[in-house]
Amino acid sequence: MIKRFLALSLLVGIGAIFVALMMSYEPDASLNLTARYYAENTASETGSANIVTAILVTYRGLDTLGEVTVLFLASSIIGLVLSLGNKQNTTLRKLVPVGELLTTGKSYLAPIIMLLGVYVFVNGHLTPGGGFQGGAIIASGMLLLLLSDPLKHFSHALISLVESLSGFVYVSLGVLGIVLAGSFLDNRILPLGDFGDLISAGAIPLIYSLIGLKVGAEFSSMLANLSEMEDLQ
Amino acid sequence: MTYIALATGFLLILIGFYGALTNRNLLRMIVAFTIANSGINVVIIAIGYMHGRTAPILDATVSAADALTRVIDPVPQVLVLTAIVIGVGVAALMLVFAYKLYERKGTLDISKFAELKW
Repeated sequence: MIKRFLALSLLVGIGAIFVALMMSYEPDASLNLTARYYAENTASETGSANIVTAILVTYRGLDTLGEVTVLFLASSIIGLVLSLGNKQNTTLRKLVPVGELLTTGKSYLAPIIMLLGVYVFVNGHLTPGGGFQGGAIIASGMLLLLLSDPLKHFSHALISLVESLSGFVYVSLGVLGIVLAGSFLDNRILPLGDFGDLISAGAIPLIYSLIGLKVGAEFSSMLANLSEMEDLQ
Repeated sequence: MTYIALATGFLLILIGFYGALTNRNLLRMIVAFTIANSGINVVIIAIGYMHGRTAPILDATVSAADALTRVIDPVPQVLVLTAIVIGVGVAALMLVFAYKLYERKGTLDISKFAELKW
């Protein structure tokens, strides 16, 4: 009981800090200096309609590269940890039949979900959405495939090919930015085009699509690894 | 509106911490951590919100010229976009470690893992 009391008193302390934070919080009346720069210059400098995308892919592109690397590390560590010590014989347990609804629904829904994922990351510079969201949608399509057929094995070679190829082209585009434009991951290596068009904003749609493919492949490899560990039980 | 979102976020963080501190089951602790993670994301988004403004996406209604007075702060949204994706990776890692621990000991009860306890 003393543990529960300690936990509760800790929570009360944190709660008091939160209440104090909330009481002293005053919403900004105008954009701060950084946000002001982005709001004023995004359209003319990057040609991207979605300011969030412009920050993520161009202004803070290096951080996004790091983030994708973190995700890659997480997915490879998952694969590594699961492959360690999995020496027991693969006695498959009896699987519950998945049902007519899921198997039929899968064959109609999975392609549409994948298409939506591609749509979301191709339009990342125009609409809410982008590589990370699109990649997650693609992985959710993969999850549907796995749910309808738990013993399905995705080709790990294909997943890692997509993953490493998109990562390689992403970094190459970044280096190309140093050579042809101002800096690493500069999107002005391609013409900015007409503001609001699908093919505009320089390299942003290209880079975000690559991020989408990479994130989708990373999430899919996580899912594939997790589902294959289930087969081994 | 900002205060409702802020309070919701803080409440979610507290619920998550409570769950992580009081539950003994690893899976429940992982769920609690992801709830706290969502709470932090809600708080960051709420801080970036400004009353009467719209999403930082320029189109026919919000032109580039009046973006300065019409859009909210885009930076917290970028941060949260990053944090959500990393959160998924961290949750998946935690689940894998929980699975490995279960494989070794046949239990998910955290009090049975006493090797590092003194």
